[in-house]
Amino acid sequence: MRTDGPAAGRDRFVAAFQWMLLARTFEDKIAALYRAGKIVGGVYLGRGQEAFSAALGMQLSQENGDVFAGLIRDQAGRMAFGEPILDSARTYLGSVEGPMRGRDGNIHRGRPLRGMPAMISHLGAMVSVVNGMLVAKRFRGRTDVVGGAAIGDGGTSTGAFHEGLNQAAVEKLPLVIAVADNQFAYSTPTSHQYACEDLSDRAAGYGIRGYRIDGTDLETCLETFAEAIERARRGEGPQMVVGKLLRLAGHGEHDDARYIPDELKAKPHGGDCLLLAREQLLTKSWMSEDQLAALTAETQDKVEEAVARAQSEPDPNPFRESWHALATKHLAEGTPAAD
Amino acid sequence: MAITYLDAIREAQARALEEDENVYIYGQDVANFGGAFKATKGLSDRFPDRVIDAPISEDAIIGSAIGAAIEGMRPIVEMQFADFSSIGFNQIINQAATHFWRTGVPCPITIRLPSGGTEGSGPFHSQSMESIYAHYPGLIVMTPATVEDAYGMLLEAIRIDDPVIFCEHKLLYYHLKAEELPKVILPVGKARIARAGRHATVVACSAMVHEALRAARELAEDGWEIEVVDLRSAKPIDTDTILASVARTGRLLAVAESFPWGGLTSEIVSRVASEGFHLLDAPPQRLNSKDTPIPYHPNLWRVHRPTWQSIASATRNLIQL
Repeated sequence: MRTDGPAAGRDRFVAAFQWMLLARTFEDKIAALYRAGKIVGGVYLGRGQEAFSAALGMQLSQENGDVFAGLIRDQAGRMAFGEPILDSARTYLGSVEGPMRGRDGNIHRGRPLRGMPAMISHLGAMVSVVNGMLVAKRFRGRTDVVGGAAIGDGGTSTGAFHEGLNQAAVEKLPLVIAVADNQFAYSTPTSHQYACEDLSDRAAGYGIRGYRIDGTDLETCLETFAEAIERARRGEGPQMVVGKLLRLAGHGEHDDARYIPDELKAKPHGGDCLLLAREQLLTKSWMSEDQLAALTAETQDKVEEAVARAQSEPDPNPFRESWHALATKHLAEGTPAAD
Repeated sequence: MAITYLDAIREAQARALEEDENVYIYGQDVANFGGAFKATKGLSDRFPDRVIDAPISEDAIIGSAIGAAIEGMRPIVEMQFADFSSIGFNQIINQAATHFWRTGVPCPITIRLPSGGTEGSGPFHSQSMESIYAHYPGLIVMTPATVEDAYGMLLEAIRIDDPVIFCEHKLLYYHLKAEELPKVILPVGKARIARAGRHATVVACSAMVHEALRAARELAEDGWEIEVVDLRSAKPIDTDTILASVARTGRLLAVAESFPWGGLTSEIVSRVASEGFHLLDAPPQRLNSKDTPIPYHPNLWRVHRPTWQSIASATRNLIQL
């Protein structure tokens, strides 16, 4: 949440940078473990999107009952919102102690009762789920909560995204939709994804407010999401923030992304938001090289500790697994009746 | 005063809204209009904040119900026709059905599917989808055949902590009547012996129960006593009751209105063959609609679906096997 005063801008920027650095450090570690064959399934990184993601996650309030529905490139936003690093490490490593207990992995994690719905792979599907969480809160008289939902340029092409956004607009829900336009959906460039000039143009079609920003500039992201969240909280309905940036990784770590031309990195929105934020910290003398070095080392330790702990924990045991998909146990097929 | 199957569905929803403030109804035209079949007629007058019209967005309708259920609400979703739930299929099978298993947080939604064929409804307003949804882990699929079950099972569906697909048959809406609403009903998960017999067992659900009963009456004129088992729920299947019936009769015909490839009747035949092979005096039989889309013209439609005539004919063959 925003605080006022002369140091507020600096504090907010530094806090966001810390989440970005933690997410990047964690994901670098996870990618290394993946390459070493220590992680099964996929690893999907948010490299290049940390500023955009953290700026939303950090400015929502888990304590207030806000919701943050991160997708596959929202390690930074998830952490900034309040997902413990152990939840991330345990889910990637399949620890039975994690929120998904080995039943689901990698980015498919959440704690729905703490405002973090667990994404499914089908893009666009989480938008209406967040809508429903907001509807439930409204039924209980809470109109001052905000739901943040993340998506990418590819996800905006789904019917579910359209249905969800239209529904939010019709119901005037306090939804902030963050569209990370990272120029590629897997390998498909945006020229084959949408034909409008900018995805934020679509906001008018839904009758909601749209924002078009440089998703690599942390300060811009922070200011924009602060405004969007505040407007949603005030009852102004859904807000659509489109951040232009570049995915600085493959779709997943199995993908070398050779289809992304190097020259894009030199173009506008092609930079690394973490390096850009670091430069700004130094330029503005908000942090010194020494402080940054200390923060980096401290962050590294935090990541190593979480990963080591998750690695030492037991894997799920198929013989102890209940193998019931129902909460109503006695109605599960293959189960002896409760009586 | 007689109560119809449709009245029972409306009364169950009214009672659920009355008893639990977490219950709300969401669907197309459900508010002032009272729903395409009037299953929610008058409810928005009594509960104006909790009977809500939705845009034509089946995916988002179900997705938002899931989100609200995660937060502890008890949404009832009305799909205008079962057929249109295909648009919300992803949310049902991937989001709702997996939610408790993945996260440990229950997802108590009830999805009402006006199901089955009626004259002139054609390929897209006639489908029976219980087999499709029963295939997925994490869902309960109810197929009430009586006014009593339409009422009692819907109330139970709303109370259950899991996603329930509630298949209500459109052909039963107006014609099926009872004298009063039931005080108690059989527990969900138990099948019902709709008619006792000893020469063959016909297992059916929903509207097919009534076709099977009429076929049984027809065969009774020739002295054949046909036992009719009303499944009540397609998932779970009450295999014990079916096996007990087959133990009495030695012969099985499984009937459903859904398409013939796989599905409910195959599952029943498969279970009886593998768990009750020794009980069988003849090869177990199944009868479904034809393997074509559901036809528009009544002449075609009447022959496409199983009817009391085709059930009677199949049962006669079964008895002679």
